[in-house]
Amino acid sequence: MAKDNGNGPAGGYQLPFEKPIFRLERQIAELEGSQAESGRDFSSEIRKLRAQYVSLLKKTYQSLTPWETVLVARHPKRPLGCEYIDRIVKSFVELHGDRRFADDRAIRCGLGRIGTEKVALIVQHKGRDTKEKIACNFGCAHPEGYRKALRVMKLAEKFHLPVVTLIDTQGAYPGVGSEERGVAEAIARNLLEMSRLRTPILCVIIGEGGSGGALGVGVGDRIAILEFAYYSVISPEGCASILWRTGEKASEAAEALKLTARHLKELDVVDEIVPEPLGGAHRSPAEAATNLERFLVRTLRDLKRLGPDELLRRRYDRWRRMGKVIHLELQTAAKS
Amino acid sequence: MAEPQPTNGTKNPYDPTVFEGPQIRKKRDVPDGLWMRCPGCESMLYRKTVAENLEVCPECEHHFRVGGRLRVQQLADPDSFEERFAEIAPADPLEFKWSGKRYADRLKAEQDKSGNTEAILTGIAYIKGRRVALAVMDGDFLMGSMGSVLGEKLSLLIEEATRSSLPLVVVCMSGGARMHEGALSLMQMGKTSAALARFDDGGGLYIAVLTDPTTGGTTASFAMLGDVILSEPGALIGFAGQRVIANTIKSELPEGFQRAEFLMDKGFVDRIVPRKELRSEIAQLIDYLKP
Repeated sequence: MAKDNGNGPAGGYQLPFEKPIFRLERQIAELEGSQAESGRDFSSEIRKLRAQYVSLLKKTYQSLTPWETVLVARHPKRPLGCEYIDRIVKSFVELHGDRRFADDRAIRCGLGRIGTEKVALIVQHKGRDTKEKIACNFGCAHPEGYRKALRVMKLAEKFHLPVVTLIDTQGAYPGVGSEERGVAEAIARNLLEMSRLRTPILCVIIGEGGSGGALGVGVGDRIAILEFAYYSVISPEGCASILWRTGEKASEAAEALKLTARHLKELDVVDEIVPEPLGGAHRSPAEAATNLERFLVRTLRDLKRLGPDELLRRRYDRWRRMGKVIHLELQTAAKS
Repeated sequence: MAEPQPTNGTKNPYDPTVFEGPQIRKKRDVPDGLWMRCPGCESMLYRKTVAENLEVCPECEHHFRVGGRLRVQQLADPDSFEERFAEIAPADPLEFKWSGKRYADRLKAEQDKSGNTEAILTGIAYIKGRRVALAVMDGDFLMGSMGSVLGEKLSLLIEEATRSSLPLVVVCMSGGARMHEGALSLMQMGKTSAALARFDDGGGLYIAVLTDPTTGGTTASFAMLGDVILSEPGALIGFAGQRVIANTIKSELPEGFQRAEFLMDKGFVDRIVPRKELRSEIAQLIDYLKP
């Protein structure tokens, strides 16, 4: 229950639409408290409330609006990149630095085992406490992060390890140094090289898929997304401030951008949705990690069956299909 | 993107893929009159003189922005441009709406205004007698933003260049990804880069020409992937918008930040080439690398 994982009424971070859920949690806790104190038996009431709680949680999370989904994806208790590494990856060996400028803590790279499979990992990490957040720049990578990722992916290619990337960033860092050191070039280079890397690449958006900063480690054979993560060309706030001329219309923008897992699947931007525990990954990080691990193990096994030529052919076709256009009659086109 | 900018910053500034910087049309002073003022040197210029000078100020060499059709005329040998893939037109895959407006209507308006179906022209052309696959982005069409059509036409052209072993020349001018097509716009960065990877594997020569402005997702994909990257003088080239950066770092941006000269100084542009020398520079590069 909520109380066990730090999301109880006392320490929990409440999303605006979760009020009734928290109210029920509180009632259950109170009943449990008075049961313990008075020795009277409230177990049937508690059972009833728990059933209510579960069905309310289910109902709420089944019908999240796109904006509410964004809020879940940004939930301060949502499991982060490195936490998935801790739960899923055995004997992780981190590899630091891009051999050019620095070691960007917003993207962690290394080697490890997932199930029985040896893999290279590229993991965006936002940081949990203030100190860590500052160290990894709130998950906003600089060019050296993307260059480190490419270096490790090339290493994986050389030694025939599949690559797993976990994506969670608001975007690449918009700063002077970032531009001076060519963040655009770093991302562009990754897109090109990832499209032809001769080893399987598996990408999962675990939280925020913030535009080019996410895509910079997001080209691969299979792109998956956690149920309540989002992936967008621009943040809802940014979109709203440009089109609606006020960042306060973020909720409308989130709706218009079709950035939820379900929409992205319909648009073929993602291949698969990885289910989250009841009420979101933050309610049970362990279960979220188990789901992710199951998906990774299964997909790595699938991709391993393909030879590199077939793999690259399919990867190319997958990316080549991206987008929706119409074909005019030539006569109409000739007018232009 | 193509809308007027808000004065207040957003709370979440991390959206560098979509450019939020200066407007393309703002710089065009008095476009229809006989005279115009140069924003570079403040001189009053006779429009016809500027046009004859390839839309470059004869006084201070300020490069005015040029639309797609005019760029093709300036760059390709006369009447040599065979347009391809013009039949590919934008859909409205998200049925995108905002404050009572619809993307579908907006597209129609842009098409009527420009006479083009989208923000890129693709085809085969000759530059000083050298046959090339040529793509020209059109800043007059929704700020040259990159949507599905741009990605599809450019990818088709790259594939054509791969098959026919033609040098590829792409003139970039773009406000970034087109948010009205959501994540599909973002995916065009991956799609065009994948096509370029195959072109590269096949030994193709790709010359990128960056013009004012080249920003956001365009910069972070094909614009920065040229074997040789040329830029017009003074062009704004960057990933994140300047206002976004200024809001993030909470201080002034350095002098000349994100201009072509700045990028060459930092090592990301091979050469700065004035517009009137573009044709001969491109021809020379082709002769050196892909004769």
